[in-house]
Amino acid sequence: MMDWTDTLAELIRRTTSDLPADAEAALRSAAAAEPAQSQAALLLGALVENTALARAQSTPLCQDTGTLTFFWRVPRGTDTCALEQAAREAVAAATRKGWLRRNTIETPSGKSVDANVAEGCPACHFEQEETTSVEVWLIQKGGGSENMSVQFSLPDGELGAGRDLDGVRKCLLQAVWRAQGFGCAPGVLGVCIGSDRAEGYLVAKRQLLRPLTDAAPAPELAALERRVLEEANQLGIGPMGMGGKTTLLGVKIAARPRLPASYFVTVAYLCWACRRRGVRVTDGTLEWLG
Amino acid sequence: MNELRYPFSEEAVRALSAGDVVRVSGRVYTGRDRLHKYLAEGGACPVTLRDGALYHCGPVVVPQDGGWRVVAAGPTTSVREEPYMAKVIEGFGVRVIIGKGGMGQATQRACVRCGCVYLQAVGGAAALLARRIRRVEGVHFLDAFGATEAMWELEVEGFETVVGIDTHGRNLFAEVRDASAERLRQLVGR
Repeated sequence: MMDWTDTLAELIRRTTSDLPADAEAALRSAAAAEPAQSQAALLLGALVENTALARAQSTPLCQDTGTLTFFWRVPRGTDTCALEQAAREAVAAATRKGWLRRNTIETPSGKSVDANVAEGCPACHFEQEETTSVEVWLIQKGGGSENMSVQFSLPDGELGAGRDLDGVRKCLLQAVWRAQGFGCAPGVLGVCIGSDRAEGYLVAKRQLLRPLTDAAPAPELAALERRVLEEANQLGIGPMGMGGKTTLLGVKIAARPRLPASYFVTVAYLCWACRRRGVRVTDGTLEWLG
Repeated sequence: MNELRYPFSEEAVRALSAGDVVRVSGRVYTGRDRLHKYLAEGGACPVTLRDGALYHCGPVVVPQDGGWRVVAAGPTTSVREEPYMAKVIEGFGVRVIIGKGGMGQATQRACVRCGCVYLQAVGGAAALLARRIRRVEGVHFLDAFGATEAMWELEVEGFETVVGIDTHGRNLFAEVRDASAERLRQLVGR
């Protein structure tokens, strides 16, 4: 039996300090696209510099080390309780090392839970499959961006948004406008069309695991992703809401079945610090992902 | 490039304009949700904030040599303090606010009236900004508020910011919001 606690602690170290290559490349090309010496170029340049520094030091990219959500794919019959326990121990160890902030508040007492381990913290989601590997992905999503996540119920008269993909487009642009710089733009949208309210947020968050460079498998959703990305970047909100051409780095849309009565558009807004990393373990051999 | 050093004078702050790049040095206190609510509701402040700076930040700190070391310290979203900020500026004589994402009209009016400036630090650039922190001089409300919400007394050097709200009535964030609202109306055909 391998030591999952150490492996997951290492996964946290990588996730918190080492921005994935696709996200870093997106920041670099955004910085190059802004006029030299503009505020947007300077801000994006600082983000690129920060990325290199955090990686070199193994320190958090952002002081808000976020909500930790582990997405697991495991063989049938796996003891998921043991994996969940390992995740909890890894979070406590990572907090002691300064890779995670003391970021958990007991509610309603308001007391800090210094180890970051509590009911539902960290969150683990398991899927059992016909596989011999265990694969786990971690997302660290900061509170500033989470506060900008939003759910729409169509039709929405105020937005002029009906139950079609053009209605979805209006919702997504509205979400980006509403977020301004509050969620640390340039951001990424994870989107779920359909489903119920609770599942919609989970599906939307899962889309944030997708690389910035991919496209939704369904052509009409891929086209919507491209269009919303292009139009959002015409809003002029820019890095940190201080103006510029780069407001979004990516749009990732999924669709799910819904009830006839409901048509939700759920948006998980992620900041530029796209912290997602994975690891696959096959017969005791580790393969780092992301 | 403008330099501001603690104690921050009203004259120096009033000389700044929205968009100016400013490097802050000297003493800075962190404060976020818990502290702002506490101060605005009449809580006593253990230190003087007069001519001082409040930094909207919950740092990552680790114990070191009987003291503390800051590992990561970028800004948190300032607008959550909007219900309290004007009262804190007026009541405690705060001269400099550092945060991210901008603030609203009440804060903007307090900035004009009292001679206070809002500085935008780079959101999420926590490793970079932590390098500008020379020392942790002390901490208040550690037990009451927890490490993240505590009031950390930091000594900073050359902490890079951009003026977002000045004393002349300009608010860069409001300007961007209004212009983007117009563009949004065109895109969605309203």
